[in-house]
Amino acid sequence: MPVFEPWNVDRASAIIAELKDREGPLLPILHAFQETFGCVPEEAAPLIADKLNLSRAEVHGVITFYHDFRREPAGRHVLKMCRAEACQSMGCDTLIARAEGKLGVSLGETTADGRVTFEPIYCLGLCAMAPSAMLDGRVVGRLNDKRVDALVAEAQR
Amino acid sequence: MSIRVFIPRDAAAIAVGADEVAVALEKAAKKRGLSIEIVRNGSRGLLWLEPMVEVATAKGRVAYGPLDADDVDELLDAGMLDGGAHRLCHGITDDIPWLKRQTRLTFARCGVTDPVSLDDYRAHGGYRGLERALAIGPEAIVEEVFQSGLRGRGGAGFPTGIKWRTVAQTIAPQKYIVCNADEGDSGTFADRMIMEGDPFVLIEGMTIAGIAVGATKGYVYCRSEYPLAIAVMNDAIRTARRCGMLGANIAGSEYTFDLEVRSGAGAYVCGEETSLLESLEGKRALVRAKPPLPAHHGLFGKPTVINNVLSLATVPIVLDKGAAFYKDFGMGRSRGTMPIQLAGNVKQGGLFEVAFGITLGELVEEIGGGTASGRPVRAVQVGGPLGAYFPPSMFDTPFDYEAFAARDGLIGHGGIVVFDDSVDMAKQARFAMEFCAIESCGKCTPCRIGSTRGVETIDRIVRNEKRAENLAVLEDLCNTMKFGSLCALGGFTPYPVMSALTHFPEDFGAAPKRLEAAE
Repeated sequence: MPVFEPWNVDRASAIIAELKDREGPLLPILHAFQETFGCVPEEAAPLIADKLNLSRAEVHGVITFYHDFRREPAGRHVLKMCRAEACQSMGCDTLIARAEGKLGVSLGETTADGRVTFEPIYCLGLCAMAPSAMLDGRVVGRLNDKRVDALVAEAQR
Repeated sequence: MSIRVFIPRDAAAIAVGADEVAVALEKAAKKRGLSIEIVRNGSRGLLWLEPMVEVATAKGRVAYGPLDADDVDELLDAGMLDGGAHRLCHGITDDIPWLKRQTRLTFARCGVTDPVSLDDYRAHGGYRGLERALAIGPEAIVEEVFQSGLRGRGGAGFPTGIKWRTVAQTIAPQKYIVCNADEGDSGTFADRMIMEGDPFVLIEGMTIAGIAVGATKGYVYCRSEYPLAIAVMNDAIRTARRCGMLGANIAGSEYTFDLEVRSGAGAYVCGEETSLLESLEGKRALVRAKPPLPAHHGLFGKPTVINNVLSLATVPIVLDKGAAFYKDFGMGRSRGTMPIQLAGNVKQGGLFEVAFGITLGELVEEIGGGTASGRPVRAVQVGGPLGAYFPPSMFDTPFDYEAFAARDGLIGHGGIVVFDDSVDMAKQARFAMEFCAIESCGKCTPCRIGSTRGVETIDRIVRNEKRAENLAVLEDLCNTMKFGSLCALGGFTPYPVMSALTHFPEDFGAAPKRLEAAE
């Protein structure tokens, strides 16, 4: 399970200072923020805008364009299940419904106890090992009822 | 001397327990006092056999798979380290028919070598392409790539040599090489396998491109869903830099070229080249109108070669063996080989590199062995979420850019997803529209609005609300998206939709199509 730091302006400014001279630094900065703080919080946009000499609207636009960037930290564990075509052909829809039932949330939601964020993903490139999933960055393939139950149980720990 | 054992570090192998097998084998060998050296190689591409472990013996490498960590003791008892017989043994890897039937050019080393060992790379023919490139110089490199007939393996199939020539002829103080590693199509994983299994070949290909067109800086834009690929690429880039194969005076020459990996952020549309460039610049990944072409105004407005991983990874062998050697494979205007990816509900899925011209039926039935579920094949989607669905009656279609286009399909990035007879094609058509709506960058109206209207219209058809009228609306909508969208996302989403409707009308509530009308 990843451990994140609380939002800190000095820490954020240091990250920006380290990356700002790279060509096209905005995405690397946003990725670094998310790795450090677990999300790209509301406070990030004005700070980045100021240091990179961009408008707040531009930065906000970029943050919200990409699926990866979170506005708030995710649950303690993030379980992503693929729902693209190759996984569909092997019955991912049924397995996703099964996981939703066990977790008590729908795709895109976090459990009430904050333990698990359950998200769709569109292709992990494990299409010959379908259906596939990713738990906190670890890939799992050839899912069946038993493996989904084990993944959900692991995520809930 | 310790025995070399190969256990893939490819994400597909790890997803089914390769790491656990490696740990178990190391432990068991230690306990038995056996001396082994575990090499974490790329995957050979026989993915249904993963985790596939190979043991180096005097006769050659012997393959075992699919392995479970619990099988390790039993296998050691059976003399696995001497290539002993076992129900999971497949004999000499190179003699496995599935592998033997392939023509491995781009994937020649993938799964064979230690991906992060530059020595291993060189020992297996690596950097011979660069050596020749340095000897013949920029103009001759471009000519060689042009003559090879190599076309963009990302999906568009544009001749790579023409792209390079355009950039080479454009005068600018700074030019770029960008590798499109945003492999978002479901059913494809060849780029991932190259980056995880033979990263130096991509580095070499990009370096040759840089020398050919006069670019000194390159970016690999890799999707964030591939963390292992990003890690291996970064590792290989560091090694190449340390060994003088990236940076100033590459391999002792006058040329400078350096590389950086950039991570995407979960936007499918970034697989479209102009959107990828916007993303690299740190912007919302909105598609650019063309012209101007990236070759003239690309990254930061500078002339840019933007090619798919496979195109760039094929360049070293083209340079090493010559254009004529590569061009000799294939059919019609599709020259060379295509790394085809068999996926989904298929018995023997994996990476199958073969010369263009093999038929869809051979790939699905013979190579793939039919469905994993054992039920009849009903449809295959070729070329990712934007590719057409083909029924078995069209399995005589040869794998070739033009042949697929002639049948209202595309080969795209070479992915084939197999579906059995439980598939609901109206649901698949709806998903194509839904996916387009989720991933549309929003710049052009046909894609942004059309996709959402498409989902609604298909829902109405399935609910039998004014079916005939709504079918006409759907067809019209697809036409508008096809001809009115700025890029392939909106422009190609009609392929899966219309092919599902044309070949499987019964799933939309219409009368089943009669067999004689198949063509």
